[in-house]
Amino acid sequence: MTDVSNRNQLAYIAAQASDARVNVEFETEGMTLNLGPQHPATHGTLRVIVKLDGERVLRADPMMGYMHRGYEKLAEVRTYPQVTALVNRIDWLGSFANEVPFILAAEQLMEVEAPPRAQWIRTILFELSRISNVILFLGDMGVQLGAVTPVFFAFRDREFVLNQIEAVTGGRFHPNFDRIGGLKDDIPRGWIEETTGVLGRIRTFCDEMEDLVTGNEIFQARTRGIGVIPPEVGLAYGLSGANIRASGVDWDLRRDGGVGLAHDQVDWKVWTHPDGDSFSRYWVRLQEVREACGIIEQLLGGIPSGPVMAKVPRIIKVPAGEAYVETENPLGVMGYYVVSKGDLVPFRVKIRSASFSNISITPWVLEGTYVPDVVSILASLYFILGDIDR
Amino acid sequence: MSSAILAIELAYWQQTVLRALLGLVAVLLPAGTLVYLFLFKMMSFMQSRLGPMETGPYGSLQLLAEVGKFLQKEDLIPAAADRVVFKLAPFVVLISTFLLVLVIPAGPDLWFIDIDTGIFLALAVSSISVIGILMAGWASASKYSLIGGLRAAGQLVAYELPLVLAVMGVVIQAGTLNVQGIVMAQASGEIFGWGGIGNPFILTQFVGFAIFLIAVQAELTQPPFDMPVAESELVTGYLTEYSGLRFLMFFIGEFATAGIFSALAATMFLGGWYVPGLDPTDNLFNVIGPLVLIGKMVLVAFLIFWFRFTYPRFREDQLQQLAWKFLIPLSLVNIVATGVLKVVF
Repeated sequence: MTDVSNRNQLAYIAAQASDARVNVEFETEGMTLNLGPQHPATHGTLRVIVKLDGERVLRADPMMGYMHRGYEKLAEVRTYPQVTALVNRIDWLGSFANEVPFILAAEQLMEVEAPPRAQWIRTILFELSRISNVILFLGDMGVQLGAVTPVFFAFRDREFVLNQIEAVTGGRFHPNFDRIGGLKDDIPRGWIEETTGVLGRIRTFCDEMEDLVTGNEIFQARTRGIGVIPPEVGLAYGLSGANIRASGVDWDLRRDGGVGLAHDQVDWKVWTHPDGDSFSRYWVRLQEVREACGIIEQLLGGIPSGPVMAKVPRIIKVPAGEAYVETENPLGVMGYYVVSKGDLVPFRVKIRSASFSNISITPWVLEGTYVPDVVSILASLYFILGDIDR
Repeated sequence: MSSAILAIELAYWQQTVLRALLGLVAVLLPAGTLVYLFLFKMMSFMQSRLGPMETGPYGSLQLLAEVGKFLQKEDLIPAAADRVVFKLAPFVVLISTFLLVLVIPAGPDLWFIDIDTGIFLALAVSSISVIGILMAGWASASKYSLIGGLRAAGQLVAYELPLVLAVMGVVIQAGTLNVQGIVMAQASGEIFGWGGIGNPFILTQFVGFAIFLIAVQAELTQPPFDMPVAESELVTGYLTEYSGLRFLMFFIGEFATAGIFSALAATMFLGGWYVPGLDPTDNLFNVIGPLVLIGKMVLVAFLIFWFRFTYPRFREDQLQQLAWKFLIPLSLVNIVATGVLKVVF
């Protein structure tokens, strides 16, 4: 090895090293953005860790558990009638609907059936809580996209629905009204006419939203073709409710489940949309509110007479056994798996809540989108934080 | 100013003090009017609520309460912030607003500076605010602020072009860059030989008026162009870390600029301080001119705020597409058409 060749070699190594240094300098590093836990887009305490390249999302991970309240464990030290007060708080916007599957599971274990009148009123309240839940989404989606006005309309008209729920149950947000074997009370006098009037208002609200939101060109540009979820991917991630129906899957437990509610007594339609994008998720929910109005109206017309409570013992002891009941709640499929050892309290309650499964798709659907679309897609998936963390 | 008309001789320092005070009034008055009239009241009525009702008759003193609240707040500066730039940014934004008000005439003799390139000056100083916003976004040492600041810079630069090009049509038609000249051209103009209402340029420059309003909306970063402050994703963008007086300055800057841009639009397209049927050189206009101008300003601002409260926001790329692919070609066509028609008639 001569000096010269050695020098050439050194120069070559130096050049390579400087090249490498330049490459390292020019290589851009992604930015990690924490959306949440305190962030306006998550309406609650969900944290989405977003890895960004510019404004493009490389990876998005939802972190949950900031609001975990341990309802499954708490239910193990509550008697059966006490559990309903607890599960009200899971999806706090449609609280009555949370009680229904638990009560149905307990009824299954005790082998009692609510009288027809109780079943009908239960279904009416179930659908009213769906309306009060979903119209808030219809307004909130506008806020997430920058239009502040729709959400005020939503709050205005939700008030009427809450008033009707309060008139029956005494509670606006947390009714705690469902009982094993029926309902706590009957509906008050004059309630049917009032509710019919409220349904008219909700229909007007839906028309307003159609004008103000879905008909808006900017809204369509922001949501059409954004966050597309194909049906097989959605099913694989366990999506349910309007999210999966917006992908074209015709699946609704109100029609297909056959649980003890009165949905099969009336004439209604399951809405689906073939696109699977944010717009179709909005559109399907809008139609479902209208459909719920139709369901309630028909049910109101034919409530059977009779008692609202079956014969159940004063102190409820549920015989040993297991039962799983799921219903089509406002956010999607909600199920309770109740294990009883023949005690005053359930041995184990497993809650399958819809939002928990619905947001599991976020890493898949958010990858490669832009930051503004992260917000609109998350909003269109429509989760309630209490429903995720329980 | 009006010293010659009122036959009062004022020393230079007296004139300067007078001008400074009037400038303050000219910036704060439209800001206050718009905040109360539109942000507090019109927005509330559109959203089926009442808005402020407790402070004064119909909540008219709410504004004072808000300002008092902001003044009491602690002036927070993030630990990692670039302190000097962070503190300076709101002043830079306000400076652009104050310089903008200089060129707008409120009567035949009522204006701050009389220069032949008035419109040019206005459009030039309006883009100073970009620097302030970029400073705020960068110096806050927050990711939300940074993204917001960069979005704002991209957006403001993009919409600067349609703004200028929309004004070009007016300038061609009036044949002058002098703002007073533009008002006079509208006041003394004729529509096919009939001079009844003068010739407000909105009749011929309606395309320019629409483009101007859209571009102004984008310059103000108001919905549907509020991607830089998108509160649902970026908290409030470049404003995130600001509190107290500095936030108030950004706030005043936004609404004062909205008012002044509306006044500019009223001046260029609606005839400014002129009322049809009167002699534009009449001394009367030195008295009623400001009122007429404010009336027209509120009218234009109503349009801006109407859009603001109704529409969702564009995404950043859609926003840029609207500017480059639609507004700029359209305004170029408008300029060509104006030029051809100017030569023909």
